[in-house]
Amino acid sequence: MKQNKVLNFLLNNMVPIMFIIICAVLIPLSGFSAGYLLNEIITRMGRNTFLVLCLLFPIMSGMGLNFGMTLGAMAAEIAIIFVADWQIWGLPGIVLAVILSLPISVALGWLCGTIMNMAIGREMITGYIMNFFIGGWYQLVVLFMMGPIIPIVHSSIKLPRGYGIRNTVSLLNMRQTLDDLLAIRIGGIKIPVLTFLLIGLLCLFIVWFRRTKLGQDMRAVGQDMNVARDAGIKVERTRIISIIMSTVFAGFGMVIYLQNMGNLPTYTAHSQIGMFCIAALLVGGASVEKASISNAFLGVTLFHLMFIVAPAAGTEIIGDSMIGEYFRVFASYGVITLALIMYEMKKRRSKGQAGQMLAQAQREEEAS
Amino acid sequence: MGYVGIAEGLRYWMKRMEMPRLIIAGFLVLLYVIAPFVGADFPTQITNTINRFSWNAVLVLAMVPMVHSGCGLNFGLPLGIISGLLGATLSIQFGFTGLLSFVMAIVIATPFSVLFGTGYGTLLNKIKGGEMMIATYVGFSAISFMCMMWLLLPYTSPTMVWGLSGAGLRPTISLEGFYDQVLANFLHIKIGNFEIPTGSLLFFALLAFLMWLFLRTKTGTAMTAVGSNRVFAQAAGINVDRTRTLSVILSTWLGAVGILVYQQGFGFIQLYTAPNNMTLPTVSAILIGGASVNKASIPNVIIGTILFQGMVTMTPTIMNALIHMDISEVVRVIVTQGMILYALTRKPEGGN
Repeated sequence: MKQNKVLNFLLNNMVPIMFIIICAVLIPLSGFSAGYLLNEIITRMGRNTFLVLCLLFPIMSGMGLNFGMTLGAMAAEIAIIFVADWQIWGLPGIVLAVILSLPISVALGWLCGTIMNMAIGREMITGYIMNFFIGGWYQLVVLFMMGPIIPIVHSSIKLPRGYGIRNTVSLLNMRQTLDDLLAIRIGGIKIPVLTFLLIGLLCLFIVWFRRTKLGQDMRAVGQDMNVARDAGIKVERTRIISIIMSTVFAGFGMVIYLQNMGNLPTYTAHSQIGMFCIAALLVGGASVEKASISNAFLGVTLFHLMFIVAPAAGTEIIGDSMIGEYFRVFASYGVITLALIMYEMKKRRSKGQAGQMLAQAQREEEAS
Repeated sequence: MGYVGIAEGLRYWMKRMEMPRLIIAGFLVLLYVIAPFVGADFPTQITNTINRFSWNAVLVLAMVPMVHSGCGLNFGLPLGIISGLLGATLSIQFGFTGLLSFVMAIVIATPFSVLFGTGYGTLLNKIKGGEMMIATYVGFSAISFMCMMWLLLPYTSPTMVWGLSGAGLRPTISLEGFYDQVLANFLHIKIGNFEIPTGSLLFFALLAFLMWLFLRTKTGTAMTAVGSNRVFAQAAGINVDRTRTLSVILSTWLGAVGILVYQQGFGFIQLYTAPNNMTLPTVSAILIGGASVNKASIPNVIIGTILFQGMVTMTPTIMNALIHMDISEVVRVIVTQGMILYALTRKPEGGN
C-alpha cells in the first residue's frame, strides 16, 4: 500500500522530477557559479511569473492551456509602442501602458472567448491558431497602419520608409524602472521587490477569486458544462470572462516582461511567449485541467534554470552551443506534448471508468 | 419556371461552396482580372501558379487519409517531412545523382515513414478526440529533436556538411546535380513565357489517382466508415485502431514524398526549423479547397492548392503594383489562419 503511494507520487510528478534530474546533471556541466544562477533565476522569476499565472484562469474553467494568451501580449505591445511614441517614460509610462493595454486586451479576449465557444472541445488548438490569426492582424496594424492611419509622432521608432514600426523599439528610459524601485541587494543579488509584490498581489487575487461566486461558477463549468448549465450558470458567459481575465493579466504581465527586457522586438516578442509560459507551468507539475500557484513558481524556477544552463552545458559536452539551444526548445515542446498526451489518456480512462460504473450500477439494479 | 430552377441551383452551389471559399475564389479572380492592368505579365503569373501548384499538391494530398479516418487535420505533417528529409539526405550521402537520387530518396524515406507513422498512429489511437493539438506538438518536438540530430548524425558528403568543421548539415542544401527539377523537366512544355512542369503534374496525378482508387477499395471504404462514425464502424466489424494507424502511415508517407517533390521544384533541401513553416499553409490549402475537419476529397486538394498557391503568387505582384506596399505576407497569414479557424468552429458533420 505504501509502495503504491510512492509510485503514485512519482507518476503524478513525473515532469518536475525529470526536470530536477536534468538540471542536476546540467548545472555542474555548465560551470556557472551559484551566485550567478541565483541572480539569473530571480531576474527571470520577476520577468515571467506574472505571465505564467495568467494561465490559471482558463484552466479553472476547464478550457485547458490558453495558447491565446499571446493576444494579451500583443495588446501590451501596442500599448507600449504608443507610450514609447509619446515619450512618457519611467513609472508613469508603465502605468499608462497598463491602462492602454486594458481595452485592447478585453476586446481581443472577448473575441477569443467567443470563437472558443464555437469550438467547444477544441479550445486549445483554436487558441493556438487564434494567436497566429491575430498575429497577422497585429502585423497589419503595426507594420502598415501605424504611420499613415494611426498617427506616430516620432520618426525614431518608425521604419526609414516612413510607415510601420522598427523591428526593435528601444525602451531604454523605461528599462527596469519597476524592478529598480524598492530593489534590495543582498550580496550582489538584486531582488526586485516591487515586481514580486505585484506577483504576490496577483496570487492573492487568484486565491480570493477562487472563493467568489464567479470563481465557483468557473470551477463548476470546468467540472461539467452540462451540470453547470442545469444549475443556472451562464456557461458561455463564464467561459468568455475567464478568457478575458487571462488575456488582461497576460497584457499586464507582458508590460512587466518588457520593462525588464528594456527593448521591444516588435514582431517577435509575442511569438514564443505563449509556448514558454505554458511549458514553464507544465514543468511545475501542472496538467491541462489542474494548476496551482505553486506549480507556476516551481515551473518558472526549473524551466528557466534549464534554459540558462542548457547552452553552456551543450558547449561543454559536444563543443557546440547550438545543441543546447535546440535541446531547450526540444525540452519545452516535449514537455507540452507529454502533458497533452497524459491529459487525453486520463480523460479517456476516466470516461471508461464512468462507463464501467454505470454498467455495474445497471447490473446491480437488474439483480435486485 | 426556368429562373426558379437556376436560382435553386445557384443557391445549392452557394451553399456547397460556403462563404470563405467563395470570397477567396472571388479574390483570386479579381487578382487575375487586375493583373494585366497593372502591367503584370499574364503568362508568367499563370506559370508561377502552376509551378507552385506542382510543388505543393502532394503535400496537400497527404492530408486526405487522416481526415478520412477521422484523425482530423494532420498537424503532424512534420513527421512525414522529416522522413522525407532523412530520405533526401541519405540518398545524397550514398552518392546517388540525377533521377536515381530522387527515386532512392523515396525508397529510403519509406521505411522511416512507416516507422514514424506506426508509432504516431499508435499514439493517436490512445488519445482519440485530442489528435490535432497533440499532433501539432508531436510535430514540433520531432522537428526540434531532428535539429539536434542534423548536427550530430555522422554525415560526410561534402555537398551537405559545413565546409570548415566537416560535420553537421548545412541549413540549406542545393540539389543541383541531384534531383533538382527532375520531374518538372520531364515532357516540359514552354511557349514564350508560359511553361508547364508536365512531369510534376503527372506525378501528382498518378498519386492522386492511386489515392482515389485506394479510397474505393475495401480498406479505403473501411477508412471512410471509421471517419464518419467510429461506433458504427466498430459494430460492423472493422478494426478501428488498425485502420486509423494505416491512414496515419499513408499520410506520413505522402508527406515524405510531398516534401521531396517540393524540393525538386524548389531546388533546395531545407533542414532544421524550416519544416515548421510547411504545416499550417498545407492544412489551410485543403480547407480552402472545401474540406472540413472530417471530410476531404481529391477535388478538395486540387481546388484548394490552386486557390491557395494562386493567392500566394498573385498577391505580392498585384499588391505591390497597386498600393506600393508589400502587404501580401500579412494577407497570406490572415487568410491561412482565418481559414483554419473557420474550419475549427464548424460543427463536425455526423456524430463521432
